[in-house]
Parts: sequence; C-alpha cells; structure tokens
Amino acid sequence: MVSTKTLDIDRDKGDFRYAEDYSFDAGHGLNEKTVNYISEVKEEEDWIRKFRLKALKVFENKPLPTHWASQDLSSIDFDKIRYYLAKGQQPSRSWDEVPGDVKETFERLGIPEQERRFLAGVEAQFDSEAAYSNVKDQLAEEGVIFVGSTEALREYPDIFRKYFGRVIPVGDNKFSALNSAVFSGGSFIYVPPGVKVSQPLQAYFRINAENFGQFERTLIIADEGAEVTYMEGCTAPKFETTTLHSAVVELVALPGAKIQYITVQNWSNNVFNLVTKRGLALDEAEIKWIDCNIGSRLTMKYPGVVLKGRKSRGEVLSIALAGDGQHQDTGAKMTHVADETTSNIVAKSISVGEGRSSYRGVVEMPKHLRNCRNNTECDALLINSNSRTDTYPAITVRGDGNSVQHEASVSKVSAEQIFYMRQRGLSEGEAMSLAVNGFVNDLVREFPLEYSVELKRLIDMEMEDSIG
Amino acid sequence: MIRTPNIDPKPVENERDIQSDSTFREHVKNAIPLWLRELKKSNWANFKKLPLPTKKTESWRFAKTDDLSPKGYSLASDNRSDPSNATPPSEDLSINSSGKIELSNDSTLNFIEAHRDFLKKGLIWMTLEDAQRHHSDILQEYFLKVGPNLGSEKYQALHAAFAQNGTLLYVPPGLEVKLPFITSNSIGGQNLAGFPCTLIIADTNSHVDFEETFQNSPGSSSSLVCATASIFARQGSRVFYKAIQDWGMDTVSFHLNSVIADRDAEVKTVTLNLGSSHTRNEQHTRIVGEGCNVENYSISVPTGKQELDQRTLQSHCAPNSRSNLLFKNALGDNSRSIFSGLIKVDKNAQQTDAYQTNRNLLLSSGAEANALPGLEILANDVRCSHGATTGKIDEEQLYYLRTRGIRKSLAKQLLVFGFLEEIITKIEREELRNQLRELIRRKLQDQ
Repeated sequence: MVSTKTLDIDRDKGDFRYAEDYSFDAGHGLNEKTVNYISEVKEEEDWIRKFRLKALKVFENKPLPTHWASQDLSSIDFDKIRYYLAKGQQPSRSWDEVPGDVKETFERLGIPEQERRFLAGVEAQFDSEAAYSNVKDQLAEEGVIFVGSTEALREYPDIFRKYFGRVIPVGDNKFSALNSAVFSGGSFIYVPPGVKVSQPLQAYFRINAENFGQFERTLIIADEGAEVTYMEGCTAPKFETTTLHSAVVELVALPGAKIQYITVQNWSNNVFNLVTKRGLALDEAEIKWIDCNIGSRLTMKYPGVVLKGRKSRGEVLSIALAGDGQHQDTGAKMTHVADETTSNIVAKSISVGEGRSSYRGVVEMPKHLRNCRNNTECDALLINSNSRTDTYPAITVRGDGNSVQHEASVSKVSAEQIFYMRQRGLSEGEAMSLAVNGFVNDLVREFPLEYSVELKRLIDMEMEDSIG
Repeated sequence: MIRTPNIDPKPVENERDIQSDSTFREHVKNAIPLWLRELKKSNWANFKKLPLPTKKTESWRFAKTDDLSPKGYSLASDNRSDPSNATPPSEDLSINSSGKIELSNDSTLNFIEAHRDFLKKGLIWMTLEDAQRHHSDILQEYFLKVGPNLGSEKYQALHAAFAQNGTLLYVPPGLEVKLPFITSNSIGGQNLAGFPCTLIIADTNSHVDFEETFQNSPGSSSSLVCATASIFARQGSRVFYKAIQDWGMDTVSFHLNSVIADRDAEVKTVTLNLGSSHTRNEQHTRIVGEGCNVENYSISVPTGKQELDQRTLQSHCAPNSRSNLLFKNALGDNSRSIFSGLIKVDKNAQQTDAYQTNRNLLLSSGAEANALPGLEILANDVRCSHGATTGKIDEEQLYYLRTRGIRKSLAKQLLVFGFLEEIITKIEREELRNQLRELIRRKLQDQ
C-alpha cells in the first residue's frame, strides 16, 4: 500500500486539493513499514531511523494506561489512523463547507483573515515567512536557531542530538513512544549563552503543512543565562480530520537560563490529545509552563519539570475548560532532585455542561535533600449541575528538610454574585462569564496580551451557551 | 563455607496454614447457621481467586507489598490453649463502662453484660460467637455484608471466611447510652492469624459510644490480623467509635472499616495507630441519607521501619450532608506513610460539604510521607476541599522553647504533641484522652 516513488516536494503552494489521492501518505495503521517510510521521506540519518524503530517496539509492548486513565482511551483505533502525510499534502475543503458556527467563532475572536482559512482546514498552509521575516532576521543575528525537527536533526546534530529524547525517554509512556516512532513537525530552538530573546517565539512564525502535525516534536535548549518564551497553538478552534494527536516537548534550561512555554490548545472536540511535556532545569535555571486547554475530546497532559540543579525553579500554571463531551485530564509533575529547589503549581479548571476536568499531579522529593519547597493549588469551578471535576494528586516527601503544601477546592458561581451583577443590568450570561473570567483572571494575566484578550472572548462565548 | 542462619520465622506450609483448604474445611464445619456456612464458603472461594496486591496495583500505589502474603500463619482461634493467653493484657480499662468484652485469639476471655434496663429495652451487647446462636436474623442482615473495597478485597474475603468472634452492639430506637461499651482484642502466640470483627448497629435516634483496643499479648510474635469494624447508623442516630491499634511491632494488620450513615445520623471515629510493622487501614464512609454529619479522625506515630498505609473514601450519595476527615501523622526514624483519600460526590448529592485533610510531620531524615488526596465531584452546588501538607518541626518554635530552657528532645516532643492535640481533644472522655497521650508519649520516648 505504501508508495514512495512519486515524491513531488515542490508543489505549487496553491494546489491543495487531492482529497482522494493519498499516494503521498503512509497509509493507515502503524508498523515497521510506516516508520521506514517516514524516515525515507524525511531523508533521515540511520540513527534516527533506528531510534524510531526502537520506539515502535516500546509502543507496541506498552499497555494503554487505562488502569488509572480514562477508559475512553480504548476507543482509539490505532489501525485506522494516518501517521504521516507527506510534505504539502493535506486533505482540505472549501470555505463554503466550513460550518457557520465555526466562521462565527473566528469572527468573534478576531482571528486574522488569512489564519482563519488555515485554521478551518481550507488551506493546508499559508505563507507566514514573509509576515514574520523581520523577526527571523533579528533572531539569526543573535545566533538563535529556530527550525523544524527534521531540519534541526539534519543540519545541527551537534546541538540537538545531545538532548533529543533525553528529557523524555522513549519509554516514558505509551504515547511518548508513539511520538518517538512517527514524529514529524514541531520546533527545535537553540538560544546561545546570555541571549535574551525579547519577543515570544511562536510556532506561527514558521507555519507549513507539518507544523501543526499530529505528532509534533519540540526541543528547546536555552544555553547558560539565556532567556526565551515560546508559544504554541491559538485560542481559535483548529479543525482536524485526524483524531489522535500526540506531541512530545522537551525543554532544557542550562545553568541560569529561563524558559517559558505557553500553550493554548483548542483542537476540535473529536481529537484525542495525548501529550508529554517535560523540562530539565539545571543550577538556578527556571522553567515555566503556562498551559491552557480548551478543545479536544480527551486531553491528557501533565507538563513537568525535573529540578536537577541547585536552586532551580519550576512552575506550572494551568487553565482547563471542559464543555459537553470533553474530558480535560491535565496537571503537573515536579521532580525535585537537588537542594533548595522550589516548584509552584496553580491549576484552575472550569467544567461546563457535561464536561469533566481532572487534575492529576505528582510532586516528588526524595531523601537527602534540603530546603525544597512545593506549593500546589487546584481550584475547580462547576457551572452546571451535571458538570464533573476530579483531583488526583500524589505527593511523596522523604526526610525532614523539605516542605510541601497542597490545597484544592471545588466551588460554583454563587447565586448572590449573579444576582448582584444582574441588578446592575448585566444579562445572566454576561454575569456568568464575568464571574468565570474573575475566577481565572490571576492566571490569564500571565499570558501575553493578545492571548488573554482572545481567551476572555472565548470564555464569554462558552458561558453564553451554558445558561438557560 | 557460609551458613545461612536457620531462623525462618514462618514455618513451611503445613495443614494448619490458613491458606490450605483443609484449614478452612475444618473451620467451616463448625459454622452453625447454614447461611453463614455458605457465606464463608463463597468468601473462601473469593479469597482463593483474588490476586495478591503487587506494586503495580493502582490501589496499592506507593505501598510495600512484599510482606503481605497470608502464607505461614495458622488460625489464632485454634490456639486457645496457648499458655501466653492465660494472662491477657491488663491495660487499664478500669473505668465505668456500659459493658465489656475481652477477646483473645478470637475466643471470649471475659464478658461483662450490659445493664439490665438496656437489655429490657432491646439492646444487644454480645460476642459474635453467642450472637450466631441467639441473633442469627440480625447477623444475616449485617454480618460480613459490607467492606470498604479500597484494595484489600482479598483480605476482606479472608476475614469473612474465618471471622467467628467479635462484638455485636445493637442499640434500639431512641435509647441513649452514656457510658462507652468497650472491647479489647488481643492475639498471643507465634505466627497466628486473627480476625476480630466489630458490628455496631445504632437504630433510629439512638446514641452510643464504643471503644476498642488491639494488642498482642506479651511474648507473641509475627501475627497477621484482618480486622473489620462496620457501623450502621440509622436515621437520627449518634455513634462515636474510638480505636487504639497497638499491635506488636512485627504484626501485619489490616483494619477494614465501614460507616453507613442514614438520614440525620452523626458518626464520629477516632483512631490511634501505634503498632504493626505494616498496617493497612481502609475507611469507607457511605452517606446514604440527607443531613448526616460524619467525622473521621486519625493519629499515627510510626517509628522504626513501620509502614502505615491509609486509604479512605467519603462517598456522598445523598444531598445536604457533611463529612470531614483529618488524618495526622508524625513520622520518625525510617517509617513510611501513605495517605490516599477520596471524596466522591454523586450527581444528586447537592449541597454537600466535604473536607479531607492529611498533615504529615517528618521527624527524621529517613521518614517518608506519600499523600494522594483526591476528589471526584459530580454535583455542582457543593463545598469540597482537600489539603495535604508535609513538613518538619518549625525551627523557630523549637528555638523559642529552647530559649526557655527546655532541652531539645523534650521541646520536639512538646511540638509533636501540639501537632496531635487537635485530634486528641475530639475525645470527650478525659481518661481516654490521657490514656492516648500516655501511649503516644511512651512510643515517642522509646524512639
């Protein structure tokens, strides 16, 4: 079934329509052939192919984690999934086929015209290179490397191979193994010592067909004293024909470096989004995950930091919004392995309608450490009487030198709050969204401006529908 | 040539081993009511069928599982003639009580009947052995009917297969009993398995107070205990349950407790954990009626290499009820603790107030605390929260006491008491409060 002979990489950018012709993809299902095909198309070196094949074995041998995770995972049919579409090849549809409510969503969120077409799946890619060329020039001047995973492993093996797959080993979990076997797309970033990247880097800067792929692989290395902020995703719903997304993101903060990673996930609600994200923080380094999950059918994502160097710091700020038919299973993982390390987790979730949000966390402080601290706060807001929330933290502390505190609470928007606002002339929907925006406000403020504006609008829209 | 010392504490499998079918057959033929015999048989089959917990079992996360095999133990109840039983532990219980039961190796050692007036009104205070003859109907409804089912189902089944004695306390509607009923459970001998069982049924609008202790008699070693305590609190009743778990330091114990609270019931439980090399305490509170208030408190002071494994579940199946759980552990030496708690609020259980708190104080560099405080909330108009903290003794507080001329070890002890006092004060009876303090003080001093 797999065809590799007619590869036409330099297709015209306007030519996206080939819905019935999948001769450029790896077909359905996953086996060694699929992996070999991907490796060949990408013209990868032998070590990468071996890495992929080894990962495939691990994936096949690991059971689904349904003994603790959602049973919904077993409804994924791994044989019916396409694991790779060749460059420039994506199924597409016409703007007329895009549902009306989707168009309205774009309108209300204020998404740029060009991006709308891409997000709706009308265009498989659009050229962002020109729009953001100034940024690219400036980055190159400072010595920042910002490329795709395929290119990075081919052209900068000295820099990226050292850390590739080291923060998240292949066998970390079933889905990190899956990603390691079939990864394509994602960003590889290297920031040289002392360079502080002033603007947040965005996946948008280098959009192409692969960029928002199913199996993104991202690796960010901030060298000593460097600082960088990276943003992925956007608040607008991203419409997908594929149902399984499994990314791996690895961050490495060398001594004194700071990395901030911002995600806004809004996949359409047919998507399983099973992501592994982890950072490694060396001496006095700082890694901060800001994670916002709005879309997908089931998201399982627990960004983590391994606090390996003395005085390193890890932080996870997380917002989850679960609507009808959605399960946001998110959380954080903090592993303290050096003295005087500190970590902070603040997770807020909102369950609307029949939505379910879960917090799952791990905080570990093994023996012989001194003066480590962790603070965890989980707040859940339930909007409707059939909404659901869960909290499942696991905290291990050894020895008498550390301190950990964990708190969680569940509440609803009080009737008095709504009454007060309605007295002042707000509609019930407006009052509700104001209350919910207030609930997440202290976290939303941490987001870059345009994201926090869009996020507010998105919450407004979700709340309007929840009333009545 | 290296010779391995020949001191295997557990004898090789013999026909008296609790795991062997012959032991069970011998045991079950004495079970009198027919229904009980059948119940025991099905539990035995269940026990045989269920797997031993392993490291990978989710409900045993973080727990040690290699010392849990029920192999190599024989029935304590077959060892009535053991000379070490002749002198039961004479812990000072010389207070006024409404009735007393002393059990040793699952057989009755002493029995002090409840007051005649209470009995006239329908109160039942009886060993389970006697109850099997006189109150088969009540037992058929309540005996071995519930378990916490939080991971120890195999041991629950083992308990149900072999349990033959214990305490039955039935309080009739409207009766208020002030003084506590007291049961002491002890096991004496080597490699014995005991199955204490406590059954409390508080009928409509009754009040009752119950205390029980668990100990090994001197000279005994390596026991396995699978104990259950089940409290049925009917409408408007009030039950106060207190337990002191002070098994020997090489005993492996399971305490599988259930509370079923009906409308407007109030149930309070306080547990002190001192003994056992490895203790697994499961506490399942089911709130099935509106307007309940259930409080679960626990103090534990593990030392040495003790492992304390606590799993709790607060199930809110009815609206307008409240539950509160506070488990405090002060861990010394190389001891470990696991607290895994869950609050479950059903869809219809609106206006629930549920709280769950676990506080761990680590007193040495080798101690380890694991906390898994969980929530599963399916109703929106609720107030639920949980908190877990793990820390050390506050240096400033310690410094303050030392500047007042208090030596370090005593100052530490005072601060540990300060930490635990919050729960000790939940007990209304002064003598018991002091007894608890004394037991804790003794344990901390031995350290």
